[in-house]
Amino acid sequence: MFKKITLLVLLIVFLFSGMAFAQVYERSETLYVSGAAWGPASDWNPFIAWSKSNTTGTIGLVYETLFMYDPLTDEYIPWLAERGEWVSSNVYELKVRKGVRWSDGAMFTADDVKFTFEVGKRFPAIWFNSMWNWLDEIVKVNDYTLQFNFTEPLYQEWGNNLYNIAIVPEHLWADRTEEEVTSGINENPVGTGAYLYDTHSEDRNVWVKNDNWWATDLLGLEVAPKRIVDIRCASNNIALGMVIKGEIDLSNNFLPGVATLSEKGYVETYYPEAPYMISVNTAILFLNTTKKPMDDPAFRKAMAFAINTDDIVNIAYAGIVKASDPTGILPTMEKYVDKDVVAELGFSYDPDQARKILSDAGYKDVDKDGFVEAKDGSKIELSVTCPFGWTDWMESIKIIAKSCQAVGINLQDKTPDYGAWNTALTSGTFDMTLNNWAAMSNTPWTVYNIMFRHPIIETMGSGNFGRYDNAEIFDLVDQLAKIPADDFEGMKAICSQIQEIQLTEMPMIPLWYNGLWAQVNNSVWTNWPSATEDTPNYLPCTWSGYWQMGGLLMLTELELAK
Amino acid sequence: MKRYFGRKLFIYMLTFFLAVTIDWLIPRFMPGNPVQTMLSRVSVRAEALEVMYGYYTRAFGLDVPIWQQYLNFWNALFHGDLGTSVYLFPQPVIKVIMRAVPYDIFLLLPAILLSFYAGNKFGAFAARTKWLDNTVLPLGYILTATPYMWLGILLAWSLGIVAGIFPIAGAYSFTMAPHFSWVFIGSVLMHWFLPFASLFLVQFGGWSIGMRNMIIYELEADYSHYLEALGAPRKLVRRYAFRNAILPQITGLALKFGVIVAGALVTEVVFSYPGIGYLILAAIQNQDYFLIQGCFLFIIIGVLLANFAIDIIYVIVDPRTRIGMAGETA
Repeated sequence: MFKKITLLVLLIVFLFSGMAFAQVYERSETLYVSGAAWGPASDWNPFIAWSKSNTTGTIGLVYETLFMYDPLTDEYIPWLAERGEWVSSNVYELKVRKGVRWSDGAMFTADDVKFTFEVGKRFPAIWFNSMWNWLDEIVKVNDYTLQFNFTEPLYQEWGNNLYNIAIVPEHLWADRTEEEVTSGINENPVGTGAYLYDTHSEDRNVWVKNDNWWATDLLGLEVAPKRIVDIRCASNNIALGMVIKGEIDLSNNFLPGVATLSEKGYVETYYPEAPYMISVNTAILFLNTTKKPMDDPAFRKAMAFAINTDDIVNIAYAGIVKASDPTGILPTMEKYVDKDVVAELGFSYDPDQARKILSDAGYKDVDKDGFVEAKDGSKIELSVTCPFGWTDWMESIKIIAKSCQAVGINLQDKTPDYGAWNTALTSGTFDMTLNNWAAMSNTPWTVYNIMFRHPIIETMGSGNFGRYDNAEIFDLVDQLAKIPADDFEGMKAICSQIQEIQLTEMPMIPLWYNGLWAQVNNSVWTNWPSATEDTPNYLPCTWSGYWQMGGLLMLTELELAK
Repeated sequence: MKRYFGRKLFIYMLTFFLAVTIDWLIPRFMPGNPVQTMLSRVSVRAEALEVMYGYYTRAFGLDVPIWQQYLNFWNALFHGDLGTSVYLFPQPVIKVIMRAVPYDIFLLLPAILLSFYAGNKFGAFAARTKWLDNTVLPLGYILTATPYMWLGILLAWSLGIVAGIFPIAGAYSFTMAPHFSWVFIGSVLMHWFLPFASLFLVQFGGWSIGMRNMIIYELEADYSHYLEALGAPRKLVRRYAFRNAILPQITGLALKFGVIVAGALVTEVVFSYPGIGYLILAAIQNQDYFLIQGCFLFIIIGVLLANFAIDIIYVIVDPRTRIGMAGETA
């Protein structure tokens, strides 16, 4: 009897310890990251592009794209495609890589690529459905070659799609219904990528290394961490505490005050000094051009001169962002900025100039209350908004309001809830509001597509919120979309024309570049990307959509700290 | 008996109907459009967005008139379908909630029961014990007046950050996957302790104060004096007093359920404990009609069930109700 009990106890202890061994992650094999997810994991469906931040890595770690794009060098890196080229002005030939396997063992072929693109044709709710307005057909030449025949190729957008459309296996997706594709959760995703789905819970996603990843054989690349635990921190303060303690290796959260922490050596950032972070998107003040007096270019221009961007950079952000170029074009796309146009028409903080423009245009303080009145003598009372709780923006709009008041524009800052803000933004009922959806990409077209989104419809869901209506500039943006990606001079010429109109008309005011918030702790993993010479230069980013812009390559360069 | 429960059941059904209707109505009064909020994260061309907007509005059933939506809602509810979450699209609401509910039960049930038990026992013990009365009474008043959230922050700061004993976020360590081992169970308990403690302490204060006052009142009652005059031991007198004093406390428990649940919600937010509280916050911020409805539906059901249970307990612990019922049927 006693023997039996001892045996049983031993068995239980053995069982427990055995399981514990498998389920408690070894620190030296695990990478802890945070900053991408803002909610619990909801799905692993690469066709629902907008929810991927909660399962970041679905595209990039599990599903892969045809190319990667490195914004820092402006180069495409062939990935699932071996190469691709325009064989004529409207035929794109794609060579698909041989020897790639899906994680279930099946071979990856051109059929999978064709199938994935054609999903967009079959179902209108797929985000790249509109591509089929200018893509005619995909012809399979052989198992590893495809020809894309376009009616009217939009080269810029095509270049963007090449590294954003994640390829799915035809043999697992072909039988799915429209609902399963557009709204399916897709548990246990099967991709070609470096990692496999391991587990998830309300506050984390865990990915485990795919030992049979094709790039190890074919490209000699190997990802260093065996596991990636992506943590959703309920607040940025928790992330800050964890990264300082070394419980998170890379935090892509926005952490105010990181400048001081970086200088004291608690965390490391991409640049050792200001602005510390890589500039990744442009915060733009959209002015509602359907309302008076924002419909007047002179008034808008006066605003641009009135706003004290330096205070936003130094006070609201404590130096971790950079003031924007007047065109709003990101530093990585700098070569598309026409310096002459900017020198002639650009703006900078100059309250006297702002006052002069206002009075020249007929905005005068008639009733002597300290604020100017409209040309017809009516009072001007405006508000600038951002969602409540976005503390850095709340500070920024305070500064915007204050500096406009200083030149005599009665502007107040207001912070509605996100939902209300979003509705006002898309339905065009706001006066002025901040927005930063113009993010890093392969082409300035994406930025102009947001700034000058057209046609103007009832709800402007994702751009041109101020409803600036100018057929000339719309036409230029459309022209830009049709310019081949290798025609740099052609792109530049159109960009220069756009910038000239933009800076004369000032339909919206680019203010500063938000950073790619990234703070690392070197105690377990080292060799993080940074501006210093002996480290890799990739985007140190785990946000969804950034894995294929260098995030994955960062993982191949990581080393264990000694 | 039958009539008593029949009447109770009718009142509960009516409450349920009204509460669920209000629950359905309120999110729809919020400014903004959930589908638009959801799709605002997609960066595509205007014409593509238009198509997607139409498709998902239909998918969520928001394209029909509002009265139709209301009828569809009840119809779906009786089929056990709470719709699809907008914020966590495409997860069904029922699934999202079912993942969160165990954490709430795990947190609330021990906190409510233990604090009720310990608070009452302690209050009864402290009453008329001079030094305890002088120390515990003020402390109890402070505890019961403390907002759950504030105590939670204090505990997280003192025991979590300064002392570093307890973790301050999550339901279990980030270094492990759920499995059956002592390490894991230990981690779960460590993460559970602080949110539990902040709920427990506040309620403990309330119950002990209430009990202390009730006991003093009962000890002044005629039957207590009579017992004392008969020479009954202090312990016996107190036992009778306790039995009488517990009845209003049980009624109090029924009344306080809603408050406790609301308290648990904010406590969960403070400790980012993955229960319903955190979900509600996110759901409201994202105008997720269906998730808000679902979460509150669960709270409504939970509170009503708990009240019903207390009604039954009342019949068991208070003989007078049974006599009353017998009289009714007679």
